[in-house]
Order: sequence, then C-alpha cells, then structure tokens
Amino acid sequence: MTETVDAAEIGKFDRMAATWWDPDGEAKPLHRMNPIRLDYIRDHVCAQYGRDPNRIRPFDGLDIVDVGCGGGLLCEPMARLGASVTGVDASAEAIAVARDHADTHGLNIEYRADPADALVREGAQFDVVLAMEIVEHVADIPAFLKDVTALAKPGGLIFLSTLNRTAKSYALAIGAAEYVLRWLPRGTHDWNKFPTPKELEAALVDAGLTVVDDTGFTYAALRDTWSRSDDMSVNYALVAEKAGA
Amino acid sequence: MFAAMNTETDIAIIGGGLNGAALALALGSTGLTVTLFDAAPRSVHTDDAFDGRATAIAAGSRNMLRALGVWDRLDGKAQPIHDILVTDGRVSEGAGTSFLHFDHREVGDEPFGHLVENRHIRRALFEALDDAEAVTHRQPLKVLNLNRETAKAVLELEDGTSTARLAIACDGRSSPTAQAAGIRYAGWSYPQKGVVCTVEHAEPHGGVAHEYFLPSGPFAILPLTGNRSSLVWTEKTAVADAAMSLNDAGFESEVVRRFGHFLGDVKVTGPRWSYPLNLSLAYNYCAHRLAVVGDAAHGVHPIAGQGLNLGFKDAAALTQVLAEAARRGEDIGTEDVLKRYERWRRFDNTAMGLSMDAINRLFSNDLSPVRALRGMGLDIVNRMGPARRFFMRQAAGLSGEIPRLLQGKPA
Repeated sequence: MTETVDAAEIGKFDRMAATWWDPDGEAKPLHRMNPIRLDYIRDHVCAQYGRDPNRIRPFDGLDIVDVGCGGGLLCEPMARLGASVTGVDASAEAIAVARDHADTHGLNIEYRADPADALVREGAQFDVVLAMEIVEHVADIPAFLKDVTALAKPGGLIFLSTLNRTAKSYALAIGAAEYVLRWLPRGTHDWNKFPTPKELEAALVDAGLTVVDDTGFTYAALRDTWSRSDDMSVNYALVAEKAGA
Repeated sequence: MFAAMNTETDIAIIGGGLNGAALALALGSTGLTVTLFDAAPRSVHTDDAFDGRATAIAAGSRNMLRALGVWDRLDGKAQPIHDILVTDGRVSEGAGTSFLHFDHREVGDEPFGHLVENRHIRRALFEALDDAEAVTHRQPLKVLNLNRETAKAVLELEDGTSTARLAIACDGRSSPTAQAAGIRYAGWSYPQKGVVCTVEHAEPHGGVAHEYFLPSGPFAILPLTGNRSSLVWTEKTAVADAAMSLNDAGFESEVVRRFGHFLGDVKVTGPRWSYPLNLSLAYNYCAHRLAVVGDAAHGVHPIAGQGLNLGFKDAAALTQVLAEAARRGEDIGTEDVLKRYERWRRFDNTAMGLSMDAINRLFSNDLSPVRALRGMGLDIVNRMGPARRFFMRQAAGLSGEIPRLLQGKPA
C-alpha cells in the first residue's frame, strides 16, 4: 500500500476482509458449509491420486486452481493440505483480501485478479480445478465449462458445486438464506440461473468430461451443520474427470 | 548463555501433568507436531512422594491408553475392580448396612475399571512420550506468557519463544493460562479435604472397591495390586487438618477406626497427602488460538474418581476435532474449529461436575447452593423446561458421542 491510501480506503478494505473471513459475517453460509465441501474434495482427490486421506498433508506435489476464489476460503485449506494453489477471481477487491489474509497466515498462494480465461490463454493446467458456488453466477455455462476443462491436466479432476433449481431451493436459498436468515446480501443469487444436476451433468459431458460422482449437501438447522446426502434438491456438488493422455 | 531461539510446532501444550501428557500423545498419534511444556522437572513428577493418589481408569480411558501404547507399560500395576460395594457407615463401626452392590458379572466379563497409582500412570506416559516422534517434551521449562495473535500463538519461554497454530491449557484447576485469555470460572470450595494414603491389609481385597458414606464425607477403599488399598478419606477441613498433623501411630489409629477389620490387620504404608476440594467449571473451553482441557476446564469433586477420566475424554474429543480439521486443511487455531470441541464436551463435564457435587452434598448433609448455579452460561434449570427438552436431547446426544480413541480406534 502507498502512503497516500487514506483511512476511508483502509476502512473499506477491512469491511471487505470481514465480509469474507468473519465466520459469523456475510460469508457465514460458506464458512458453515466449508467443512463438508473440503471433505468432499479431499476424499475424491485422495482417491484419484492414491493419497492417504488420514495424513496431515495429503496434497503434497499437486497443483490446484480455484476459479472464483473470492477471499480464499478454499485456497487456504488446499495450501495447508500441501497443494500448490492458484486462486483467480475477477474481483480485484476480493483478491486483495485473499492476498492479505494468506500473508498474515504465512501461506504461499498465487492470487490473480483475472477471469479464468486469462489462465487458459496462458496454457496453464492443474491436477485439480475447483469451481465451487460459481456456476450459478455465470452467464454462459457451456463457455465457462470449456475454460474450466482447458485448465485441467489430462486425467485431472474438476469440482463444481451449486444450487438446484427446485421449489425447495427457491424457498430455502432465496427465501430463507437471503431474506430470513440474512446470510447473504440480497441479490447474490438469481434462482433462474440455478442449473439442475441433469442440466449440469449434460453440460459436463458436452465439454468432454466424465462425471465421477455427485452428491447433495444438506443442512441441519438445529445442529447448524452440513452433511453429505443423496438429497440434491438444494445444494449439490459434482466431480468430473478429464480424459487421460 | 544461550541465544534466544524460536521453535515452531503445530500445537503447544502448557502443563505436563497427566492430562497434558496424555493429550500430547493423542495429538502426536495423528501426525500433528506437538510440544509439551512442563514447568516441573521430571524427577518431581515421578518421585514417590509427589502424588499419592490412585485413579480408577474407566474402560474408555483404558482403550485410549492401549491405543497410545501406554497401557502395556502398566502391566502388573493395574488392579481390576470386580465389585463395588456402597455402604452407609459410622466411624468406629466400619461398614454399615449395604445398600448398593454392583457386580461386574451382571453386565459382562469386563471389570468396572482398573485402579492404578497416579505415579505409575505418569511414568508410563512419560516413557511413551520419549518414544513419540511427533512430540517434543520440554521440561523443566516455564511458559512466561502466551500471546494469542491473529495467525499464531506465541509462547514466551525462559530461553526464547515458541510459535504454534494452537496453544492448549493443561495447567490445572482455574488455569492461569485460560484466565489470562479472559475465560471465567464458576464454582465453590467444599468445607472438606481429601486425605489420601495407602494401606496394607492382611487379607486379600478380592478386587472389591468400597465406598462408605460417613457423615462428614465419603470414605473410599480402592483396591491396589497385592494386599494393598488406596484410601480416599473425605473429611471436614478442620478434622482433616488435625488428622494430617497427628504422628504416624495416631494417624493410623484414625484410619483403622474408619476402615474396620474386615480385611484383617491394617497398616498405613508410606506418606499421607491432603487435597483441598473444590468445584471449578470454566464457562468456555476455547478462545482464539487456545483450547482448555482437563482440570483446567473442569475441576470436579473426586467422589467418583471421574476427574482424570473426564480429562482423557476431553483429550480424545479434542484430538479427533483437530485431526479432522487438519485433514481437511482448516486452521486448527480458530474458534470456528475449537467450538466443536467445546460443544462436544462442556455439557457432559458440567453435568458430571454438578452430579458429583449433588451426591457429595446429599451424603455430607450439606445445604444446596442453588444460588451459585445462577448466572452460569449453561442455564441448566432453563434447559429443563418443556420447550427446551428437545434441545436438551440434542445436546445430550452430542455429548454422548464417544470419541474414537476411547473406543480404542485411531483418532
């Protein structure tokens, strides 16, 4: 930061940082959901690359890119698990928050304020591509999946998670999450953009990928915890594999 | 003069007693790196005069000690408890009417637990720590201060600093480390002391534990290996102090008056100890970069010998929470992670602490200090209301979840 940065700018930065990293702040749903997302990623990456999921750093030597990384909520755990991590996000503010947080916590992560296709143009490829809670914000899903596919090495894994377009998700994700529990700022999600698992799986197949697994993430409000289940009616995730060399 | 140096570790444990040592072994078994800081030299801990107590190791605790390679080191030093006889008694009459008899054969082949002298447990834990690659045992070394920073805990030591992702307070009742972090305690002192000694008797005890409820407090006869028993004599403070000041012959005659002659001639062997009794329950088990374990979280009345077993259960639960968090790449020092441990253990420990208190008060003919319960964050009474019953079951269900180490499985 330069000396001319004024207090108001710093205040704005602190607020942005808090939006991402305060576990009870605006990103609370992501913090609550993070453990179940991380378990899912860890289990499938370990299975694919023959790693022991009970080790503390099972991802040593793996390259991972997080597309739409925001403040780094997924990048940091991936780095702690041992991976070399790149995080990209179109928002320069989010990237600034992510860089600052990683520096403070002694983590070496490459953050870039770029759209995913900037990496594609450079020909960068990764063992694992994460695109979590992002496709519902994307205007052109097939074009996005093409980029994501290009970022994976042959035999690499691509993770997607999003919200289903059902009456229940409308009631919960829009009604409850945004308006009742005030978990997310209004307008974060447009229900009409939510892809159904069928639509997303078809799009993955069109992109030349093989779907390895799908799962629902369900929320138990009383215990304030998430668990994996077959119920994909609200939150769900998919793993796809790019054909080997 | 050594230059000040800094060491790094995943987890720094402050306090190297039984809870701290067991926790260090448990965490070390997961692949996390652990440094255990103990202010006292090893010779103090293992000196026969340091701690006269014996602990009834419950089945779950034994499973954990076995999984951590400690139980085998206690071979020949653990006395199985086959029967528990609870009797109402009067001084000088020995055992009175028997009103409760627990026989382990009614519930299976397993003994209720094993009586082991604390000094043996300590030695076995320290030996296991010497063999634990992931654990650095630093003693005697005093932690002067703990700074809980955003991304790490920094311990100021006599010879430098040590940084960790998480510090854990195992420094005993009403832990200074926890209090410095703003954690408050509820509790009170009992007008009683626990007098502890070991006796030899002519006849074998047959693995029977006796608990006499004498008017001034419970008197427990706990079977040790051989023809020996450990006595835990809970007594009014003034009487306990008087007993402690008697000469050996006078003390022995007071013990024998209460013990009776059902095991033949009784002789006090070795030193005697007395411990003030109090209840000390922490409102919170964690803060940013800090977790609180064992007596530091809950000092309970020793009436049922549950203190160390509760501490081992804390150690097993915290180890599981931290291992699961580390294996998914979470930051193990954040309250987000540490609250999972607090939710798991706090209700269970507080309920146990209060029920031990209730039993002691019932049998010691004391007044019940309901007032002292007020203002406790847990609001036990409120939980009893019908509207809260559902949540109570939820809490009980969570608190009843047995940590994997207590099932003898790896964390």
